[in-house]
Amino acid sequence: MNPLIVIGPVVLLLLVLGFVTYAIYFERKIIGWMQSRVGPNQVGPFGLLQTVADVMKLWMKEDIIPQKADKFLFQLAPIVAFVPSFVVLAVIPFTDQIKFADLGVGLLYYLAVSSITILGMLIGGWSSNNKYSLLGGIRSTAQMISYEVPLILSVVGVILSTQTLNLTEIVNAQKNVWFIFPQFLGFIVFLIASLAELNRTPFDLPEAESEIVAGYHVEYTGFRFAFFMLTEYVYVFAMASLTTILFLGGWHAPFGLTFIPPIIWFLLKFSLIVFFLFWLRATFPRLRADQLMPFAWKVLVPLAIANVFLSVILKELPIIQAYY
Amino acid sequence: MDTNLISISIFIALGIFLPLAALAIGRWLRPHLPTPQKRITYESGSDPTGESWVQFHIRYYLFALLFVIFDVESLFLYPWAVVYDSLRQEIGLFVLWEMLLFVILLFLGLAYAWRKKVLEWK
Repeated sequence: MNPLIVIGPVVLLLLVLGFVTYAIYFERKIIGWMQSRVGPNQVGPFGLLQTVADVMKLWMKEDIIPQKADKFLFQLAPIVAFVPSFVVLAVIPFTDQIKFADLGVGLLYYLAVSSITILGMLIGGWSSNNKYSLLGGIRSTAQMISYEVPLILSVVGVILSTQTLNLTEIVNAQKNVWFIFPQFLGFIVFLIASLAELNRTPFDLPEAESEIVAGYHVEYTGFRFAFFMLTEYVYVFAMASLTTILFLGGWHAPFGLTFIPPIIWFLLKFSLIVFFLFWLRATFPRLRADQLMPFAWKVLVPLAIANVFLSVILKELPIIQAYY
Repeated sequence: MDTNLISISIFIALGIFLPLAALAIGRWLRPHLPTPQKRITYESGSDPTGESWVQFHIRYYLFALLFVIFDVESLFLYPWAVVYDSLRQEIGLFVLWEMLLFVILLFLGLAYAWRKKVLEWK
């Protein structure tokens, strides 16, 4: 057996943990700058060790399980939430060479596995035996399943164009034109739905501090809480990668700038998406609960379905059909 | 065994290993001083009242039902999208009309839910 098959995922896990550490740092820095603050600057040079210190703090916190909680499920929930967030990364092709599992159903695998996390949040919310966390858990579940429908439907346009679910082949189909252009409507729906799936502003209702304290993880302390947070940031990594692959041409260079290696292109596009997420957080207020659910069902689902049939119709037209 | 499956199994194993290892190592790092006060359910500082596993609003079930309907729809849309080009060659535009009819039927359901104000959040 090729030793890379074991070492590869371990290296990826370490890279992802490094990404999460510095994504949190840069998020705080960027939002600080946008709000005319300095951001973290005390721990280490330029505050670079701030997140490391935060993680160590969480690690040394007492592990409190409430008297009334369902102990087994309470302990199980962070693991159920975290595992899928890492397992989805198995099918992400970073470049033509750097990939782990080259599944024929890669895209479907990603969407299917990532929805298991919802179960972890619901278990966590319910097993805490706390009114806030029950409300937060059910609210997250309702939000995430509602936005999963437009998320799934918005990529059908891409599949129609490539005739495959394999992510490597989807990237290779974008050698000349990235799907963000022919599939612009699909891209917009995908972007909004993915924000809601990531529980990021303006869709951070499950964690609305001012209403339900912290949502499904009110009762969690220390490292169990850290794993819910880690899950969210690993999904930022995964979702930014998936957006890059589906709509921004993956590792392909634009304007024939092929002298820059493919992995650099991937990272540039990936960083752009991650920066966009942070930027949104500094810019948008949180949606209200009564705006949230109707928006998914009345706007995004019809738009996503319209995009599917628009793509099919454009496939029939001469000249344009080459792009669909 | 297929290398893809081995690779995914390693991802799953690592995904389970990380939280278990982190919590196990944390056992030596963190204090353990349980008091009854600490283990009370949090309710903004006051003593919790009543049951926490309460009944919640019916609208959550309605959204769950809608989700199931549209999730199954996407289950049909995906294979259809994957084989669209070859079916288009074989049976012509019938492949489009058929799916359009199916989606319209489902949309009648969404329109009904819309009309019945199921999609409102009051």
